[in-house]
Amino acid sequence: MAAPELLSDEGYRADGRRPAEIRKVRARMGVFEQADGSAYIEQGNTKALAVVYGPHEMRGSRGKALPERALVNCQFSMATFSTGERRRRPHGDRQAGELALLLRDTFEAAILTHLFPRSQIDIYVQILQADGGTFCAGVNAATLALMDAGIPMRDYVCASTAGLAEDAALADLSVPEEAAGGPVLALALLPAGGQLAQLQLSARLHQERLPRVLGAAGAACRALHAVLDRVVRQRLREVAALLGD
Amino acid sequence: QVWQIRLDLHLLNHDGNIIDAAGIAGIVALCHFRRPDVSVQGEEVTVYTPEERDPVPLSIHHMPICVSFAFFHQGTYLLVDPSEREERVMDGLLVIAMNKHGEICTIQSSGGIMLVTDQVLRCSKITAVKVAEITELIQKALENDQKVRKEGGKFGFAESIPNQKITAFKMESTAVDTNKVEEQAEEIIAKAEPPSEVFSTPILHAPGTAQIGEGIENSWGDLEESEGEDTAEEEGESEATAFECQKMEAEDTSTMRETEDASAVKESEKDEPIVLSDSEEEEVVILEPQEVPKKTR
Repeated sequence: MAAPELLSDEGYRADGRRPAEIRKVRARMGVFEQADGSAYIEQGNTKALAVVYGPHEMRGSRGKALPERALVNCQFSMATFSTGERRRRPHGDRQAGELALLLRDTFEAAILTHLFPRSQIDIYVQILQADGGTFCAGVNAATLALMDAGIPMRDYVCASTAGLAEDAALADLSVPEEAAGGPVLALALLPAGGQLAQLQLSARLHQERLPRVLGAAGAACRALHAVLDRVVRQRLREVAALLGD
Repeated sequence: QVWQIRLDLHLLNHDGNIIDAAGIAGIVALCHFRRPDVSVQGEEVTVYTPEERDPVPLSIHHMPICVSFAFFHQGTYLLVDPSEREERVMDGLLVIAMNKHGEICTIQSSGGIMLVTDQVLRCSKITAVKVAEITELIQKALENDQKVRKEGGKFGFAESIPNQKITAFKMESTAVDTNKVEEQAEEIIAKAEPPSEVFSTPILHAPGTAQIGEGIENSWGDLEESEGEDTAEEEGESEATAFECQKMEAEDTSTMRETEDASAVKESEKDEPIVLSDSEEEEVVILEPQEVPKKTR
């Protein structure tokens, strides 16, 4: 099922990583002045941008406002230049709509929505370059953007993909690894309690192998959490320095 | 040139867990399907009709079966195969699709629930058990269908629908304790209010239709159509007069036969029914709005 070139004899992947190694993460918060919160993240070659507005009054139909909690409105958009072949529609197609729903499910559970009744929180995720794990990069960027906006959350939401090559579990798949035809597991984790906010698996995976792949994805999410936490603290220092003066 | 196959799913009744049901329906339909036989010789392609050569089945590698789990109370309670009521109040849903070899084909969690890894692993073990059962059921059904087709018996959709049976909204009979029935009945009668005043003269509307007693005031207000008031009348009779009504009805039917050819009589006689319509012909009595008094008869 998994192509042999995914893992070389010495145990290196096509891009020179070890099976459990995640790609290099570069992240920045507060990239836009106008939005309440914004963040930019690069995971290897995947580049994602997230912008958060809110909590604010319900736009559009006031009738849809929920009396006991805030409504989370998400949009997932992939730029026309993000993939190898030019995309015709950045958003509004079925795939983007489904990913937006998944995003909403993930964050509705993580944000403390009961603190903002009858209001709306908007999360817009834009993928600038897609090289595997676009949904997960979007989730990570959205987490940072929500932190930048100061919206209270239960915990960081860290997401990563994982796959299987022969018997070794691979973490953080790139596009050739995703397209190889093996199973692809996308996991969004709240690291403190080990809770899974989102779990998606495509392609066949034997039941016996599930714990291994879940473990690899979980470890990747925790590694990512360490990086994101560092970024947030750095940002906090920057902002404190700016305000302190 | 390739074959294109199209699967249409029609949902007839939604009582929860349509994902699982649709999945089973889909895979069984694909297993059951037969396509025309084809032979290829170099560049030439010959498609045989069903009469020339028996149609061949599709090559199905494996049968993925979905099993849904509903979570309640932040993952404390787990229900397999939720019904519609349970789906409405659940926190979230986890769908695991597996085949009989134990390979997970897909996992999807939705609804914003927080799961823990060992919950997911436990669910996958439960799924393995369920999928084995369901796959066996499917195999048996497919074999049965094949056998019946060969023997020439009845098969297909019409055969699978049970005849002369009401399969929906069936209520099981409940056992009733009749040990102390007499005592209970006497208690009820003792506590009950005395029956209200009864008018002993039944009014004959038409042969076979009589009215006993006065209805209660029509609480619907003024209605344009008289039909509405007619029905309000019939239902407005108090239950305490039921016993007396039975007696009246018995009397009524006997006197009816006597007065069958009588013309409309408006005078009331004690123990004599009041015939309001000509019973010779089928007459539809339409009450004019202005003729009906405020308090219905």
